[in-house]
Amino acid sequence: MIEFHSVTKRFPDGTLAVEDFSLVLPSRKTTVFVGSSGCGKTTLLRMINRMIDPSSGSIEIDGVDIASGSAVALRRSIGYVMQNSGLLPHRRVIDNIATVPLLKGVKKADAHTQAMELLDTVGLDRALAYRYPSQLSGGQQQRVGVARGLAVNPNILLMDEPFGAVDPIVRDDLQQELLRLQHDLDKTVVFVTHDIDEAFLLGDQVVILEKGAQIAQVGTPKEILANPASDFVASFIGADRGKRRLAVDSTVARSGDDVVLVDGAGYVAGVIEAPGGVLPGSGVGVGTNSRARSVSNKTDQAGDA
Amino acid sequence: MLWLWDNLDLVLRLTADHVRLSIIPIVVGFIVCIPFGWLANRYTVARTILLTLGGVLFSIPSLALFVTLPALLGTRILDEANVVVALSIYAIAVMVRGAADAFSSVSRDVISSSTAVGFSAVSRFWTVEFPLAGPVLLASLRVVSVSTVSLLSVGSLIGVQSLGYLFINGYQRDFPEEILIGIVFTVIVAVLFDTILVLVGRLLMPWTRATPRRRSVTSAAAPVTA
Amino acid sequence: MNLFLDALNFLFDPANLTGANGIVPRLVDHVWYTGLSMAVAIVIGIPLGLLVGHTGRGRNAVVALSSAARALPTLGLIFLIILYTGLGVGPLIVVLVILAVPPLLAGAYSGLEAVNRPTIDAARAIGMTEWQILLKVEIPLAMPLIFGGIRSATLQVIATATIAGYVGLTGLGRFLIEGLALRDYKLALAGAILVIALALCVDAILALAQRLVVPHGVARGLTRHPDESAAPTPRQHGRVSTAPSNP
Repeated sequence: MIEFHSVTKRFPDGTLAVEDFSLVLPSRKTTVFVGSSGCGKTTLLRMINRMIDPSSGSIEIDGVDIASGSAVALRRSIGYVMQNSGLLPHRRVIDNIATVPLLKGVKKADAHTQAMELLDTVGLDRALAYRYPSQLSGGQQQRVGVARGLAVNPNILLMDEPFGAVDPIVRDDLQQELLRLQHDLDKTVVFVTHDIDEAFLLGDQVVILEKGAQIAQVGTPKEILANPASDFVASFIGADRGKRRLAVDSTVARSGDDVVLVDGAGYVAGVIEAPGGVLPGSGVGVGTNSRARSVSNKTDQAGDA
Repeated sequence: MLWLWDNLDLVLRLTADHVRLSIIPIVVGFIVCIPFGWLANRYTVARTILLTLGGVLFSIPSLALFVTLPALLGTRILDEANVVVALSIYAIAVMVRGAADAFSSVSRDVISSSTAVGFSAVSRFWTVEFPLAGPVLLASLRVVSVSTVSLLSVGSLIGVQSLGYLFINGYQRDFPEEILIGIVFTVIVAVLFDTILVLVGRLLMPWTRATPRRRSVTSAAAPVTA
Repeated sequence: MNLFLDALNFLFDPANLTGANGIVPRLVDHVWYTGLSMAVAIVIGIPLGLLVGHTGRGRNAVVALSSAARALPTLGLIFLIILYTGLGVGPLIVVLVILAVPPLLAGAYSGLEAVNRPTIDAARAIGMTEWQILLKVEIPLAMPLIFGGIRSATLQVIATATIAGYVGLTGLGRFLIEGLALRDYKLALAGAILVIALALCVDAILALAQRLVVPHGVARGLTRHPDESAAPTPRQHGRVSTAPSNP
């Protein structure tokens, strides 16, 4: 469990990046900080492993103030994955993954064996182990970055827009891979993104941030979608443009059991299976009721909000 | 200081010689580097050959080169040409490398988009690649200018007149002030050249002033706010 | 070409090889001056450059120092210092060290500065100490430019040590200077060939050493995008641009 207590960060140049931020990040869940550029989400993330120290307030991990120990020891106990992987260009993949175990004094052979296993874990071919990072594709580099983050078997994994720089198809793969990993490994993940769809896909707890890391809303994706707390949130998740509020299109002739859904602007958003033309649990035949039923569209990757 | 006033004529005449002799290699280096730099940027083989050759020439100590050239060129040992040619060789060696870097610094996107809007290869070079390579070219040119001015004085060891004469004369007469004045005037010439280059650069490349200093932004260490 | 033949005859005449004023003792002296001054200069210049590059403090001073060093005429400097300190190997070494430090400093400093910031940031984030970042990340990645500094400083020292012949010190420069003074062009040319050969050999050896020392994976793609290079120092892959400051 990670707890922020009234954390404020003012940079030397006067920027107030984070103002009086308090939040509990539950263990073994994925918390996603989402917001526009400059809202302070990365600052929040980097305060957890003391890459940035707060100006005031405190952060506790499992009840222990992180400022009480050494920053280096703290960082070694937390996995960190960043955009553009941050791999060391002069070390082979295997040595990159084993960096922290080697720093901690694990024997080289053991560290390498473990690094090989981590390649399997993140879905990379072991043959890539002896390549240099520059010989890998962007998606492969990110996977190596994740493997390095997992190398010390940390309880906490910090991920700073890890999939921001890869193309959409690779990003989909990586997101699914992360969901699978999280299912298997059960880490406390803190994830930063500016992509609301990514946040809703990955997050157990989603934190929508405004400037100065002010919490606009915190909750599960369902809660946020169902009840946007403010116009800002509604706008941020795309609800105000009707993107998230779908309706059965009654103008399209039904062929088979599928029913076409349209969003608030009238654009086709997808189809829903309605056996016999009846929406599950409603008992109401589609098309017989002119008041179309709303369905929340939990992120099918089609939205661009 | 008194010595300077008494010998102002001599000092000014040597300064004029110094300016005259150092301008030629700088200009030659600039002109020659453009085709070679373009070649080196375009063809890997040319790059390897030119830069290796440049590296070798650049490694030759200047006094040794001054003395070797008469045997190669058939000039007499006291000819100014030896020094001018030697300094031009250094200037070219440095500038070709600088020009290759300069041309490779031009964004691929800009080049392909200018091809796409219909520039011919030649007009694209002169209106897009060359001006955009300008800042990096200028940086090399400034290095060449300063080092040419400073190296020229070594030529006085083989008898070519420049401010270097004051060093030798001062040393022989055990008169530090004369050496000091020589150093000061050499530095003045170097600074003058550099200032002119910077001003010409600003005049010809007004867009470089409009760009904020990227380095200070991108390499600022700490605050990364998302 | 006759001139070259004459010079080569001189060089390959066994009578000129040894003896107090022979080629071998003068070569040994030249190498000795160069090695000693480089050792001292490396001990001073590289740690200082690494310090500046790692902390970012004193950056402006280093830039100013290295451009000033480029503008200062070495010939004047060496004569001036020797007039004040008197003739001798000591003062010569002092001059050579003074000349060698700025390129070393600039190489080490600019090498560290060229290391990709996110890479350093990531190294810190996964828990490297500042020392580990310096030793395991910054120095290996900066190696090409650090070595570039060493190579250009060495060339400069070899070249300046040649001039030492003028003030009566031994070394290969003596042949050159004696030849000029006696109007014996064959002798001067022989001296020039010796100096050139020495410079090229030493640079080749350093180039080989550089290949051994620079880690794989660094040769390409370690640095920033090329258009980020800062004026007035042009990026010269692997070689710091103190340019031909060899006198």
